[in-house]
Amino acid sequence: MMDFLLNEFLVTGDPLIYGAMVSIVLVSIAIVFVLTYFRKWGYLWREWLTTVDHKKIGIMYIIAAIAMLFRGGVDAMLMRAQLTLPNTEFLNSQHYNEIFTTHGTIMIIFMAMPFLIGLMNFVVPLQIGARDVAFPFLNAVSFWSFAFGAMLFNLSFVIGGSPDAGWTNYAPLAGPNLNPGPAINYYLLGLQISGIGTLATGINFMVTILKMRAPGMTLMRMPIFTWSSLITSFIITFAFPILTVALALMTIDRIFGSQFFTLTGEGMPMMWANLFWLWGHPEVYIVILPAFGIFSEVISTFARKQLFGYKAMVWSMLLIAGLSFLVWVHHFFTMGAGAGVNSLFSVTTMLISVPTGVKIFNWLGTMYKGKIRFDTPMLWSLGFIPCFVIGGVTGVMLAMAAADYQYHNTYFLVAHFHNVLIAGTVFGCFAGLTFWYPKMFGHKMNEKLGKISFWFFVIGFNVCFLPMYFLGFMGMPRRTYAIEPEWMPLNVVSTVGAVLMAIGFIVFVYNIYYSFRYSEREKTGDTWDGRALEWATTTPVPFYNFATVPEITGPEAFWKMKQEGGTTYDKDNLEPIHMPSDSGVPFIMSAFMFVAGFGLVWEWMVVAIAGLIGILACMVVRSFDYDHGFHVSVEEIKETEEKAREGEK
Amino acid sequence: MSAENEKFPKQHIVGFLGSLVLTLAAAWAVVGSGLPTHWIIISIMVMAVVQAFIQLFMFMHLTEKNGSIQVGNMLHAFFIAAVIIAGSVWTMSFGFSHNHSDNGGGGEEMQMEEQEHNH
Amino acid sequence: MSGHSELTTGPLEYRSHEDRMTVLGFWLFLGAEIALFATLFATYAVLFGRTADAPTPQELFEMPMALTMTFLLLTSSFTCGIAIHEMRRGSLKGLLTWLIITLALGLGFLGFEIYEFVHYAHEGATLQSSAYWSSFFVLTGTHGAHVTLGICWAVLLIIQLKKRGLNQMTARKTFVLGLYWHFLDVIWIFLFTSVYLIGMVV
Repeated sequence: MMDFLLNEFLVTGDPLIYGAMVSIVLVSIAIVFVLTYFRKWGYLWREWLTTVDHKKIGIMYIIAAIAMLFRGGVDAMLMRAQLTLPNTEFLNSQHYNEIFTTHGTIMIIFMAMPFLIGLMNFVVPLQIGARDVAFPFLNAVSFWSFAFGAMLFNLSFVIGGSPDAGWTNYAPLAGPNLNPGPAINYYLLGLQISGIGTLATGINFMVTILKMRAPGMTLMRMPIFTWSSLITSFIITFAFPILTVALALMTIDRIFGSQFFTLTGEGMPMMWANLFWLWGHPEVYIVILPAFGIFSEVISTFARKQLFGYKAMVWSMLLIAGLSFLVWVHHFFTMGAGAGVNSLFSVTTMLISVPTGVKIFNWLGTMYKGKIRFDTPMLWSLGFIPCFVIGGVTGVMLAMAAADYQYHNTYFLVAHFHNVLIAGTVFGCFAGLTFWYPKMFGHKMNEKLGKISFWFFVIGFNVCFLPMYFLGFMGMPRRTYAIEPEWMPLNVVSTVGAVLMAIGFIVFVYNIYYSFRYSEREKTGDTWDGRALEWATTTPVPFYNFATVPEITGPEAFWKMKQEGGTTYDKDNLEPIHMPSDSGVPFIMSAFMFVAGFGLVWEWMVVAIAGLIGILACMVVRSFDYDHGFHVSVEEIKETEEKAREGEK
Repeated sequence: MSAENEKFPKQHIVGFLGSLVLTLAAAWAVVGSGLPTHWIIISIMVMAVVQAFIQLFMFMHLTEKNGSIQVGNMLHAFFIAAVIIAGSVWTMSFGFSHNHSDNGGGGEEMQMEEQEHNH
Repeated sequence: MSGHSELTTGPLEYRSHEDRMTVLGFWLFLGAEIALFATLFATYAVLFGRTADAPTPQELFEMPMALTMTFLLLTSSFTCGIAIHEMRRGSLKGLLTWLIITLALGLGFLGFEIYEFVHYAHEGATLQSSAYWSSFFVLTGTHGAHVTLGICWAVLLIIQLKKRGLNQMTARKTFVLGLYWHFLDVIWIFLFTSVYLIGMVV
């Protein structure tokens, strides 16, 4: 027993990991202590763990995403430390493999997506004049399955060992023969559990946006962020089942001995790559389209102009969504599927740059002759445009199949996708968070600190990744843990950039604390002179969002309301509001998913089956639950609104 | 809605009989028609699609309430399904030679052709 | 939510806005299920012929067996449609009767599927024996698991219908179950065609 515990169960032998274990234990004890000392357990359960309120769920998503950004960022810093100088012994090759695997997986699955889904959760119902999402209970299931999936994945780090086959987890390297043990299982099950939640989110938001818009808000009157969320949800709904199957097949390969991606039994390892990228490419658009939506909102608000080319924007997003399913083979041109296959996917890939280019010109057109304010959200959006264009142009270079044989698997590729994912998604998340922060927490983030963090991050970003294009040309392969001496100068530059980015991130997080302590509290709901409906509510937003839902008569609903004197509190037309009840089932059910996943990771079938029974039991409980929610009385609405609107007079 | 309150579920019975006929026709195409293999495959796939539409429209009331969204979503789902299946087969059909094949040494061209016929 | 009209006529399951959203949401879920099964079909198609040392499908597939399973499921889909038809006529008794017939047919289908799997395993074709058989068992097994889940779900609903009778909520739940059950037949049509029939000709 002890032997198993020390040799297999716990990860031993590395001082970095011992340090991490100690800090995990200490932080856990500290959290338990604080909660007990301040008697906050009940508060935590009632207000957060059982909530079905889309605003609170959105905030929890964002908090989790920032924690994951920290973890993924630490991985990145470790990699940069290892790669700065030749012959470094800081990380050995195995440890390095684990670090780049967890970095990629966490940043895509547990940082980028939850951050954007968090913003979608908070903002979309407010933008369309709804009181919650279509299926609030399901929304809570989505969040908690993501949270427990992320927890399972992160556990691998101290218990059992981290996955080490890259975030793409290619077979046969990730198969049972070349990679026995629990590490890859953590990847498979962690992603599987959180993927279920993501799929549910996709369906939920599609129904919400299609069926719960305020009266008069036609599709073409929707704010552009809502449009981007709708299209993203659409992609999620069709792309995530593919991932579900791919993960399940490899899980069955590893645990039950099937022969899908094996080298024996006439299995086909490259089929994994095919299925992975069938999901993986749409996934790229899942994490970029909401960011496009955010930039559009921010640029229009801070240029004080209506979005230029709204219809072109919508159509280009739809076109991107359609094309996103038709380009996946460009991730493995070098497999050698033949000239016909590679040519077709080369062409479809290049086609995607057309609608993307349209959007760039729309943003530029929006700013043209606008009276631009340079607040932090706008700075992130302005920084995005040139940085993203570099990523786009190098993407077209990679799209050429013949040339790709040179770029493939080098640092050129690494530089390319960081240029689109950081400049697109991460800048988008920061822009969105600073933009909607006052609506979430009742105060702005400090402008000065925000600008410091922006400049550190953007300069650091370019210093970090531009040299990598040249390293790629010099032949530095991706996922190598040791560099050649002639690659050293550019790698040193790159590491300096990474440090600057880290400083930018730390300032950003410090800003959250600083603003909480010192920022002026918001008196109105309309912090930035906004244009869409979310700014029509009071700050903080009452749990039912809108006392009365306004009639929408054109695009930019709130802008029009401000001119015509509309309100979301029409005293004479108040009616009791129906709201859904909170429920502990989503949390408990996801906890059972965690148990089942943990059992499968270790191939302890008893534990896995126990977890599965728990999940099914929760579903039965839910099926017999005929709770119709509750009604908020007119008096309570009046009282809440009067109190919230005092400051406005 | 008046049709729904009838005692006799005409639409369902027509759909059911149609499905039975199509299933038997497909089985006959395989066992007794003697058509060339690729014609058999094309004809039975077409019959399967027709049957699927019978289910969707006659049994599942696809066009009710949010009809346009539901029909659009289903059509898109079929499109995605076609992309996944045809795309995977096309992309992955290269250089495979399995033990049971008589023309194992027949080179890649032959194999690719055979793969295409298989599916 | 208030502000959205509650209907007083038309099928029970569409009366409230929430019910209409649930039905739409389930249709979107079925779209996702199509993508899920398409991925399994794609895997099956790509791995077709990769039987290694195991028997080939031509050696094992039998028309009578495949046809029996098809007729069982097809008929169950029809009886399920009749159950919903009875529900819309307001007949709880008719609904329950046809629902239970549907369940029995579903169980019959499952029985044949289990027999088939055991039989193949006996002949040397198992999940582990080759890429082709892995994809066969996972594709048909996923469908079978869906049928099993559908049966359990139907049992829960029958209990609720007995307890609460026909009302807006039980009607909506039953309608959604009906969609699910028909959908399983849609998938089976493609399974029958592209696995069994094509497996017998190629």
